[in-house]
Amino acid sequence: MLSYILSRLVALALSLVVASLVIFVMIELVPGDPASFMLGLNAAPDTVAALRAELGLGGSPVERYLRWVGGMLQGDFGTSYTYRAPVAELVTARLAVSLPLALMALLLSTLIAIPVGLYAASRRGRPGDWSVMGLTQLGIAIPNFWFAMILVVIFAINLRWFSAGGFPGWDQGIWPSLKALTLPAVALALPQASILARVMRSAVLEVLGQDYIRTARAKGLSRRRTLTDHALRNALIPVLTIIGLQFSFLIAGAIIIENVFFLPGLGRLVFQGITQRDLIVVESVVMLLVFAVILVNFLVDIAYGLADPRLRRRS
Amino acid sequence: MTARLPLTLVVGLALTAVFVAAALLSLVWTPHAVESLNIAARLQPASAEHLLGTDHFGRDMLSMLMVGARTSIAVAIVAVGIGMALGVPLGLLAAANHGGVIDDLVMRGNDLVFAFPALVIAILITAVFGPSAFNAILAIGIFNTPVFARVTRGGALAVWTQEFILAARVSGKGVVRISLEHILPNIASLLIVQGTIQFSLGILAEAGLSYVGLGAQPPLPSWGRMLADSQTMISFAPHLAVLPGLAIIATVLGLNLTGDGLRDHLDPRLRRRR
Repeated sequence: MLSYILSRLVALALSLVVASLVIFVMIELVPGDPASFMLGLNAAPDTVAALRAELGLGGSPVERYLRWVGGMLQGDFGTSYTYRAPVAELVTARLAVSLPLALMALLLSTLIAIPVGLYAASRRGRPGDWSVMGLTQLGIAIPNFWFAMILVVIFAINLRWFSAGGFPGWDQGIWPSLKALTLPAVALALPQASILARVMRSAVLEVLGQDYIRTARAKGLSRRRTLTDHALRNALIPVLTIIGLQFSFLIAGAIIIENVFFLPGLGRLVFQGITQRDLIVVESVVMLLVFAVILVNFLVDIAYGLADPRLRRRS
Repeated sequence: MTARLPLTLVVGLALTAVFVAAALLSLVWTPHAVESLNIAARLQPASAEHLLGTDHFGRDMLSMLMVGARTSIAVAIVAVGIGMALGVPLGLLAAANHGGVIDDLVMRGNDLVFAFPALVIAILITAVFGPSAFNAILAIGIFNTPVFARVTRGGALAVWTQEFILAARVSGKGVVRISLEHILPNIASLLIVQGTIQFSLGILAEAGLSYVGLGAQPPLPSWGRMLADSQTMISFAPHLAVLPGLAIIATVLGLNLTGDGLRDHLDPRLRRRR
């Protein structure tokens, strides 16, 4: 197990190095001088020079890359020139919105998907199964930002149960904040739940074909007990993997959904960075997002290795 | 059982055909010109003149949706093309070199691209080169590449173990010729199915990118842009938001059903197991 973890750690480190190189090279590709790009065409020369100094644009690309990566390793993600604040501070503040949103969506989709998938599998080939499969097919096809807009029309504009957007801040109390995140989380969870329910269904069907299920039934265990005690547990392993892999889609989805609801999360930060040409913010936040995805995949790999010894030997 | 399977395929193909036909038709004819603004006739409900009403500039919604279908389909098709053109050779190469350095490099590269959510790639590209439909295509295409590489490699590995490949090797054919003449035709159905699924994902991705302003730029009509424009008017003109959404859903649903139906149809083993 130790050598398995070590090999995954090496892969993790390598991925991070290559990812940082890709992002760095992309930003280096910005035509012309980044400082004048960020300030626009009409900036005064001394403003550009000041920003150049502030951004640490001196030195060779290799030096700049090492400085950027070295800074990030010490928690220094550079300074945003539009916010006049360290990017690390901005990110921490935005994470307080994005992370709970992602977790709520994840929790919601899992809570919906597992029972629904189990139900469909237990009704295989019958109307209950068909309707679940049809509904999940529909759920996958619905763009989450469109669903978000429809939710706003129904629950915010017509019923007035929720606000149409914005975020009060956690210091205003937990309930108002959770309430502000509810509609976005539901919108984000719908396609995830649809995909997960389908994975859950096929995982359960796969398990139900195994010999030990027949054994359990033969020794007199009821259908229901077999499903909950044996099929559910064994089917959860592939489902957990998919949940991990869905994380990257969740991040991408959250970036768009935050824009629908005007939530001050990481996604809004990136978009403001782009529209205000704040390359430092874009560069560092994109790196953080990629880091989060790589890290989650690493943890899933480890968890999978723990659950399935065959995988350990293969690598 | 067998009677039910073609149904998915038939419904899927029918839905897809409607939107492809609408997109093609929009090349030569739309009920009204989408370039002509008529503020006096804005936000009209459905009528004989405007079957689906008009938008906030008085443009005919049906015409906008038809041209939007063209944008979405064009972006998604080119993106799938890029993904296939890059991914399939990489996958074939990796499978031919199974367990070797090239295989390892391709698979590691795959994992890396997977770690970048497509939208994050798009954000990077647009941050650097500016937002446009072309950059959206590029971003979605890059994201498609590892998917095709992985599917190709998986399928090709299975074919490589077959006896007729051994026969081809014995007859003196090289790795490249075997890959092109024997492996590729045998995994074509796999690639078609994956292509359909990536096509639908591409349509969703294009809609998302255009919605946040990173995809197709005005005046080019696109479903994602129409949704973005409709957002501020959603309380008094909900049809502006509902119609493009339904168009996206119907197209994606059609493609997904087609993909599933094709997979079941082309792989009899799956048919029996379900």
